[in-house]
Amino acid sequence: MGGGAKATLIREDGLRHDGRRPEELRPIRMQVGVLANASGSAIVEYGKTRVLAAVYGPREPYQRFMVLPDRAILRVRYHMAPFSTSERKSPAPSRREIELSKVIREALEDVVLLSEYPRTAIDVYVEVLQADGGTRVAGVTAASLALADAGVPMKALVAGVAVGKVGGVLVLDVDELEDSHGEADMPVAAAPDIGLVTMFQLNGVLSEDELDRGLSMALTAIEKIVSIEKEALKRKFEAIGEEV
Amino acid sequence: MSITPFKMPVIPLIKKQAYLNLYEKGLREDGRRLDKPRNIEVKVGVLDKAEGSALVKLGNTQVLVGVKAEVGQPFKDTPDQGVLVVHAENVPLASPIFEPGPPDENAIELSRVVDRSLREVRAVDLESLVIRPGEKVWNLWVDIYVLDHDGNLFDASMLAVMAALETTTLKDYEELETGEILVKRDSPGAKLKINHRVVTVTTAKIGNYIIVDPNFEEEIIADYRLVLAFDENMRIVGAQKTGSGGMTLKDFKTALKISKEVAQIYFKALEQTPK
Repeated sequence: MGGGAKATLIREDGLRHDGRRPEELRPIRMQVGVLANASGSAIVEYGKTRVLAAVYGPREPYQRFMVLPDRAILRVRYHMAPFSTSERKSPAPSRREIELSKVIREALEDVVLLSEYPRTAIDVYVEVLQADGGTRVAGVTAASLALADAGVPMKALVAGVAVGKVGGVLVLDVDELEDSHGEADMPVAAAPDIGLVTMFQLNGVLSEDELDRGLSMALTAIEKIVSIEKEALKRKFEAIGEEV
Repeated sequence: MSITPFKMPVIPLIKKQAYLNLYEKGLREDGRRLDKPRNIEVKVGVLDKAEGSALVKLGNTQVLVGVKAEVGQPFKDTPDQGVLVVHAENVPLASPIFEPGPPDENAIELSRVVDRSLREVRAVDLESLVIRPGEKVWNLWVDIYVLDHDGNLFDASMLAVMAALETTTLKDYEELETGEILVKRDSPGAKLKINHRVVTVTTAKIGNYIIVDPNFEEEIIADYRLVLAFDENMRIVGAQKTGSGGMTLKDFKTALKISKEVAQIYFKALEQTPK
């Protein structure tokens, strides 16, 4: 990662370039049931990062050999819209998107009760509409919400957040600027209700102590994000309740 | 699109139970302790046409790495740095689960984890690869070739990549009047400048146990694997949880502790490699 802009990432007053405290999240917004066709859907915003997720299924996969006899298979695509970045991104899947599709799938596998639906597929589509850092973790949050919105049984809700290190300081929920000029970026997803970390990556250099502190910062934040998820789900059903 | 693996070989439950019974006694199928890696063999300079190369055997797993150095252009946003590209190929001759075709998500993940672990700590001195800033730099192509897959491709590949880079030479060159760079292929060249030595250590969670350096069958029955990358100062320079299972904080800490010890074994293997 480049080092040039380090000084400006943490201001003299100890706040971050956008005025946040090190342990402060960006404003988070969530809404479920935003698409008519999907079995479940959600839109999630972490600041300027905006991610849309949709779930189709459980359903019989078009390619029928793609099944397991004792459980559903999960198929996940993480994809960035061509207009989501400063420079247009080619819509063809990049190596990065292929890897992130895998880590997002693996962040969900252990919480979805896949054995309830043998010989089916559950498709999860994550589209990044606007990328400003933390798209994979916002993607996990959106995917988890869309699965819940689709009524797919799950052990717990999952949410994600990225911890970074900028100008020697551990910070929560890194944005694009902090990600590209910082010393480390550690995306974490977890299901706090069952005490499991389901996504864990580190891109950068940390001491053991920083890793420890970063991970607990992430887990505290994830608990908070999961409670926002629950609020978003409640809002939908309360709205339905009022209609009846 | 990433799909739950649905063509993996099935390990009978009774076999998994046999493994777990052994773990309970602190042993593995091949007689190892839970926290010991398999036998490591590192051989460098195994290819004549590559500027750097290494063959690593980790138990029955074999990984060949070739480094090609070619003169090319720098990236626009890093005019004062050379280019490092890591690519992994799961060659179909290496395993019944590999098929011909472009790299799948596992090969891509492997190369990206190795790439990040080198890049973030600046293991290779990319500044020293500049020939003419903004115009001509060395491009290092690091190609990981998995030859025989018996598990733990991450650690075997990282060892092979590191050993290959440490023995990579950049050939002498001449700047022609036209501005072209003429590489003298037969020259002795100079050693590539390495800033840090990096290893990855992979642990796997199986039942209630955490084991290091899983073989292929252990990878199949594992809930997840945790790959941790260290430099020689024991800073953590990369990490990846791979596989479907969730990880508790307690297991993470246990895995980190084991991994730190095993990293020393890997560093020693690199240290003792005849160059």
